[in-house]
Amino acid sequence: MKIAVCVKHVPEGTSRIDPGTKRLDRAGEGALNHFDANAVEAALQIKGDSDTEVVAVSLGPQKALDSLRKALAMGADRAVLVSDDAAAGSDLVATSRLLAAALAKEEPDLVLFGQQASDADGAVLWAAVAERLGRPVVSQAMELSVDGGSVHVKRQTEHGYDTLEAPLPAVVAVSDAINEPRYPSLKGIMGAKKKPQDVLSLGELGVDPAEAGDAGSRTTVLALGDPPARADAKKIEDDGNAAQAIVDFLAEKRLI
Amino acid sequence: MSKASDFPPPFDAAEFVAEPTDPADERIEVGVLIVGAGPAGLACAIRLGQLLEENPDVAERLGEVPVALLEKGKQPGSHLLSGAVVNPRALQRLFGSRLRLQDLPSYGEVPGEAVYVLTKRAALRIPPPPPMRNHGNWIFSLSQLGRFLAEQAEEGGTMILPETAAQKLLVSHGRVVGVRTGDKGRGRDGQELGNFEAGSDLVAKVTVLAEGTQGHLTGVALDRFDLRGDEPQVWELGVKEVWKVAKPLEHIVHTMGWPLRLGAKYREFGGSFIYPMGDDMVTIGLVVGLDYRDSELSVHDLLQELKTHPKIAEILEGGERVQWGAKTIPSGGFHSLPRKLHAPGLLLCGDGAGMVNIPRLKGVHYAIESGRLAAEAAFRALQRGETPATALSSYDDAVRESFIWDDLREVRNMRQVFGRGFFVGGALASAMTVSKGRIELGKLRAEPDAEQPLLTTGRAASYPAPDGKLTFDKLSSVFASGNKTRDDQPSHIRIERQVPADVARMWASLCPAQVYEVGADDGDGTVTVEVAPSNCVQCGAITAKGGRLTPPEGGSGPEYTVT
Amino acid sequence: MATLVFLEHHGDELQKGALGVLTKAVELGGADAVIVGEGAKGLAGQAGKYGAGKVWACEDAEVAQPLPQPRVDVLAKAVADGGYDTVLFANSVLAADVASGLAARLDAGLNWDLADVELQGGDLVGKRPALQDSVYVDVGWTSTPRLALFRAGSFDAKESGGGEPEVVDVSPDYAAHSTAVKLLGQDAAETGGVNIEDADVIVAGGRGLGAPENFTLAEELAKALGGAVGATRAVVDAGWYPYSAQIGQTGKTVSPKLYFALGISGAIQHKVGMQSSGTIVAINKDANAPIFEFSDLGVVGDVHEIVPKLTELIAQRRGS
Repeated sequence: MKIAVCVKHVPEGTSRIDPGTKRLDRAGEGALNHFDANAVEAALQIKGDSDTEVVAVSLGPQKALDSLRKALAMGADRAVLVSDDAAAGSDLVATSRLLAAALAKEEPDLVLFGQQASDADGAVLWAAVAERLGRPVVSQAMELSVDGGSVHVKRQTEHGYDTLEAPLPAVVAVSDAINEPRYPSLKGIMGAKKKPQDVLSLGELGVDPAEAGDAGSRTTVLALGDPPARADAKKIEDDGNAAQAIVDFLAEKRLI
Repeated sequence: MSKASDFPPPFDAAEFVAEPTDPADERIEVGVLIVGAGPAGLACAIRLGQLLEENPDVAERLGEVPVALLEKGKQPGSHLLSGAVVNPRALQRLFGSRLRLQDLPSYGEVPGEAVYVLTKRAALRIPPPPPMRNHGNWIFSLSQLGRFLAEQAEEGGTMILPETAAQKLLVSHGRVVGVRTGDKGRGRDGQELGNFEAGSDLVAKVTVLAEGTQGHLTGVALDRFDLRGDEPQVWELGVKEVWKVAKPLEHIVHTMGWPLRLGAKYREFGGSFIYPMGDDMVTIGLVVGLDYRDSELSVHDLLQELKTHPKIAEILEGGERVQWGAKTIPSGGFHSLPRKLHAPGLLLCGDGAGMVNIPRLKGVHYAIESGRLAAEAAFRALQRGETPATALSSYDDAVRESFIWDDLREVRNMRQVFGRGFFVGGALASAMTVSKGRIELGKLRAEPDAEQPLLTTGRAASYPAPDGKLTFDKLSSVFASGNKTRDDQPSHIRIERQVPADVARMWASLCPAQVYEVGADDGDGTVTVEVAPSNCVQCGAITAKGGRLTPPEGGSGPEYTVT
Repeated sequence: MATLVFLEHHGDELQKGALGVLTKAVELGGADAVIVGEGAKGLAGQAGKYGAGKVWACEDAEVAQPLPQPRVDVLAKAVADGGYDTVLFANSVLAADVASGLAARLDAGLNWDLADVELQGGDLVGKRPALQDSVYVDVGWTSTPRLALFRAGSFDAKESGGGEPEVVDVSPDYAAHSTAVKLLGQDAAETGGVNIEDADVIVAGGRGLGAPENFTLAEELAKALGGAVGATRAVVDAGWYPYSAQIGQTGKTVSPKLYFALGISGAIQHKVGMQSSGTIVAINKDANAPIFEFSDLGVVGDVHEIVPKLTELIAQRRGS
């Protein structure tokens, strides 16, 4: 069986938005999005000791290889990076298109995503990718198992828990409650560099640059601004009636 | 008057020395193992890369990983902090014709300098005393330089392993054979969590300890192999910030005097530095000798107080703090150096070995040079026909013949005047002038910092209340260091928890990261010391003043980028 | 602008969040709605009350289960048949997957996590909080249809007195992959102990509570409000409360509708874990505590005196 895990290299440390490009300043150091580590861990747990292949896939600049290597150090077998200047600034429409192209090449039985990205640009990618691949998708998985050509998922929604089943090949997004990602062992870290790491340009992927980056995107960032001030912030001193004042405040806001 | 040294921490170096315990086929074997991705460790790695490239036959015999470098921080640079105004000679010797100084990430040559003696409201400019002249030196962020050197080291073939703490020294038959890395995934009470990963035995033919100030295994090795020098080591604590500023600073600045007190009984020796980093950034720091006596002295708060001085506030006007950090500096100088810098299988470099020239406040270039020399000695030890013992002792000879030794020996005679910081000589000289000779030279410090008796003077009342714009509290400063240490892990700090109130207060004031707090009164003359280890930025001050820092889980601590 | 709003329902009630989005769309110039699943047609009247001009309803067997992919087929057809250039969603686990799948199906731009939207010179501009809500980014679309996914609770639902809307049956051809997922069972959320990350109300305690036993103050208040209990790093470090309740930089990040901070100073390590909460009420003895700089209602006083009274008043009010 082959499992592909989509991972993202995200900025670390105190993030800032570059006032020039109005996008997240990705110039600093980055790291494997910690939600994607849950997805890598889920893949590795399914793999266990079998010869299931786990492939880590990412779209990003060259330094995204650092995060892919972290996935390899945890135990993934192979890494694929789609990296091309023309792909910079891709929004959901463009990113899902590129990822789907890379995944289609791999023909995995199962595609895993983490539930969101810790940078500004995360979340909701899996459903778009599943649509492009023409595959069933299940999100928010907190338990996951594979047997006999199907994937079984227990997921959490606002209303409670659902138990679902989908035939492979399928796409699943895991929640961070599903597992505690393993620390790579030293041997794992040292062995990671020797595992295959392919870097593909758009041309090698067979995607027209017009379908990537700003050209391939359908949304745009216009400006940066301040958040609206917290309206009517109040500060009072307790004169014996604070409890009632709080209740009145909450009632006015229709919170109770 | 209590002394912190009367309440030693529960720490025994022997706990951190062990034989390899992993089964032989699970041990990880490398050629040369370097601990610490600071300037010393990286210079060693870079030089080894050069030597192995020139000698492929030696490289072949070292196996898959000829050179491995362990770094306990998130990545190289995460735990590096300095001024820094660096003497370029060691970088030039390291890179030769391969790289020019201009290719390194610096903020250029020192554009000029000014030295001031401060009082609460005034600033008296004095000519820079001789050891403080910085013409020809270059301004760097050590953290940035570290990231750059790490790339060079990796290109040269070194495997860098970040987020990896070197927990124990592996010693077999009296020889250092490597290190054991720290465990990951333990809970607060030491229990194994779901993703527990035990450390590994990393064995090597030569181990180079380049851990920097208060190096954990360095301290353990100095005890185990009886390497300590004549005088005990002593330290200074530096706390600094990096600011985005509205107007460029035209020259580097050093100050002395206020807010430190001149009276000999206080033993408050130190001063500040303010360096331009390009046109739009500035770094400002305060360095204070840890042999001070006031239990309420807080270097962090004194730095905040310093910034309120009109001359300094003017530099920062319209600016914004972008980073904060703290680190100790070994200041014992020549007499506190280890009597030997090697032991079987082991070499010691850089700040860990105390190679800092306090009168000039320089250590980065000694670290780089010592790393380079260690590489050459290690390489020699790996060659056929060489006796490892002779090869490693050649490191000591090389260091003694280098400018490291010349410089440190030269300034040992300035101890009387400059002994407690390069600021002190000028401070004393100028203070003598300003106070018309009422200042007396304090006694030479020969005692460890933790043995200083404590005084209480109500000093804390003068610290400014943080305004969140110019002055800041400790917790938001810890945040500004990038520290996101995982809380649910065992405490890495060894400290006596029941101590007299003034010792507890000294620790609480000492620590720039608010790790210690004075807790409940135990009713018998002692109080409980509360510890919040996840605040720790691993500056090392606590080890100087009566506790003991050990490495937490790899990846913990600050994530410096421009310090 | 021709707008379609995706309305979700649970049982026989339309979701308030989605009705809020409908309300906003009506304010911007009018909107139709689409309701999918069992009982969809019967809910059209409700949608009308909130201003929907036309309601597309689908009650096919394929959409009986609350799964996203067949809804992509339904919406794609409604968008095509109705000629809509804008489709709005209120965030939920289901809606996010529908919006994203639809974006890929139509090659349409999707801006998500929006807190607000406005018309600027005829163009639709979304407002998106970033970097833990410290910055708001204006985002737009470069083509139609425009898809937008709003944060839960961004808008209040307001009846606009509209009448019965026109109801149109929509029944698309379903893609093969749309009906592949099977829902085998559903369980309601465990009632004991609300998951802190999903809680609408959180009552968090800090060192100002004074002692571990005083955490009952937070627990009682949380119970009265039907919320979860949180804790600061300081009290977790001191062993007063378990790590699973820790909120902050190295704990959990939460954004409930209502956040009570009891005896919490508001150090930045805590702030970054809860600053995007809807309404923040802080009670602290120290008038200078940083928490008062970002709370909506700050009360300088003693938690031990105020909280028990508050709990009682709230319990009375709720009749529980």
